[in-house]
Parts: sequence; C-alpha cells; structure tokens
Amino acid sequence: MNAPHTPLLPGLPQPAPDSQRIFRQLLDAMAQPGRIHALQVAVTAPAPLAPAASAIALTLCDYETPVWLQSAGPEAWLRFHSGCPLVDDPGTARFALIDQPASMPALAAFAQGEAEYPDRSATLIIQVSAFGEQGLVFAGPGIDGETRLGVAGLPDQFWRDWQQSHGRFPLGVDLVLVAGTRFLCIPRTTTVREG
Amino acid sequence: MSEQSGNREVAAQAARQRWLAVLARAGVAELETQLARHALPALSWLRRPESGLMMVRARAGGTGQQYNQGEVSVTRCAVQDETGRLGVGYVQGRDSRHAELVALFDLLLQDETRQADLLPGLIAPLAARQAAARDKASAQAAATRVNFFTLARGD
Repeated sequence: MNAPHTPLLPGLPQPAPDSQRIFRQLLDAMAQPGRIHALQVAVTAPAPLAPAASAIALTLCDYETPVWLQSAGPEAWLRFHSGCPLVDDPGTARFALIDQPASMPALAAFAQGEAEYPDRSATLIIQVSAFGEQGLVFAGPGIDGETRLGVAGLPDQFWRDWQQSHGRFPLGVDLVLVAGTRFLCIPRTTTVREG
Repeated sequence: MSEQSGNREVAAQAARQRWLAVLARAGVAELETQLARHALPALSWLRRPESGLMMVRARAGGTGQQYNQGEVSVTRCAVQDETGRLGVGYVQGRDSRHAELVALFDLLLQDETRQADLLPGLIAPLAARQAAARDKASAQAAATRVNFFTLARGD
C-alpha cells in the first residue's frame, strides 16, 4: 500500500456531460459512416492512446464490457476510470483498443457475434496516422451514393480483410478509426473498396 | 510475493478498511477542524465527488438466500498526491465535502509518519465514541424488549 506508483491521469473533465456528448457524437458517426468528427472534449490521454481513442474508451467501456488492449500502458488508468475488465484473448473482448494496426490480429480473431445475437460482437477502436481525401470509396447504409476518403496507417491487407468480414454479415465487427482528436466510424454494413 | 510481505499487505489493507469505516461515520465539522491542523501535500482530484446509488444486499436471518434489500445513496471521490498514492472516500449520503475529507485523511493516513500521529490522535477516539454511541443505542433498544409467551389453550 505504501509503494508509490506512477500517478494516474485524470479521466473526462466532467464525466457525465462529457460522456453524453461523446456518445451522441458516436451515434452520429455510426449513422454516417466515413464522416469525420472532431472530439468536442479535451482529454489527457495515457500513452500510447490517442485523445479521441481514450475519450471514446471512457465513454463506452464499463464493468460489463471486457476490453482487449493491444499495447501495455493504459491498464491502470482504464481500470480506475471505467471499471472495465481487461482480457488477454481478443475473441472475448467487447471493445479492443489498437494502437499499432500494422501488427494487429485479423478481424476474424475478434468476437463476431452469434446468429441469434449479432450484437455480441467486438467494436475495434483503431488508431491510424491520418485521414486524407482520396484512396478509399465507402458505400452502404447511411451514405448517399459513395464517399471518398483516405486513411493512412493501416496495413495493406486490412481492407481485403474487411471485405471478408463483410461477407459474414449480419455477424462481424464494427470499427472506430481514430487519428489524434478526430474519428470516424465504419459499421459492418459499410463496404469499402480501394480506388 | 513472499508469505511475510503478503501478510503485511493483508494487515495494511485491514487497517485501511478500519480507518475508512471510522471516517465515513464521523461528523463533517470534526473532520474539518482536524484537517486544518495538517499541511496537505500537492494534490490532484482524480475523481471529483459524485453521488450515485448502490444496491445493498442482505440475507434473511443471516443464513438465507441473498436478496436486494434496497438502494442507498453513496458519494465517492478519489484524490492522489504527486507520488501516485491514492486516497479514496466513500460515504453514505450526498455530502460531497464529507467524501472529500475521507479521501484526504485516507491519503494522509497512508504516510507512515503521519499515520503514527493520526491513528491514536484521530481514528482511535472517533472509533471509541462511535462504539459508545452504538452500545448506548443497543442498550436503549434492549430496555424496551418485551418477552411474549403463549398460554396453552385447552383444546
């Protein structure tokens, strides 16, 4: 008890209103796949998490949602502020925080849901290096026609993997891509092709 | 972890549970006066006081099935000093200052030098008074005890 450890960073500045605001933003982002949202709350994120990734994690995770962390570092902070259990097996996690997409497991390694309960699947919060204008074409529910967008920092096979994941519909994972304080959502209904 | 240090951890945790329980039942005014005597280290509030509900579980007769007795309002907060030591305060009710005071004393009590001063100076007298008040209430209640008996009816 008397062993001093590294001080923890604070969580959301005003937990209740801030998490409600971020949750509302996430709802909008999920309803409009591929649209970039800027985080409306200032957060000090523990390494290696990006500000938006840490704010979204605090908003979504609680004692009922097992979380899988790709890199060590934010365990104590996340446990203190959200109370979520941490798991070693990505297949049992409801949320996964991924800061090194280059070395992340395949999408099929995460919980895909069950035929009766497709919602029992994982939501992946993936930190990418930047969003751009060109490179990917998004289509599907919530998108009027097509959206063009660039995402830098994902491994080459990622979108082929995503296409395969799309074939498992209604099962599959949902994505939240984060770059610094900006984020966008890609639910399992969205098709993404390179072009 | 060796067995000895494991035992020490357990003892330290039990001591901390004891002082947290005593502080949570103490009066705010008294804690406030006591706190004024101490120089506080540099602090940051990791969790500002927040009130919520907690489910109290009970067992009928102490042996029956567990059931939900009811909810109680609880206020909690957490404070840390620069070394990362964490003081927590959980109190029944919605008095956020009370929760803050408990957290601050919890932080101070984890410092061994202050602990030597605070345990006999603050916690022991508080605990003694709380025990006396509880005994008095029990005695008053016990004095109203009625022993019923039933006469056998002749049927």
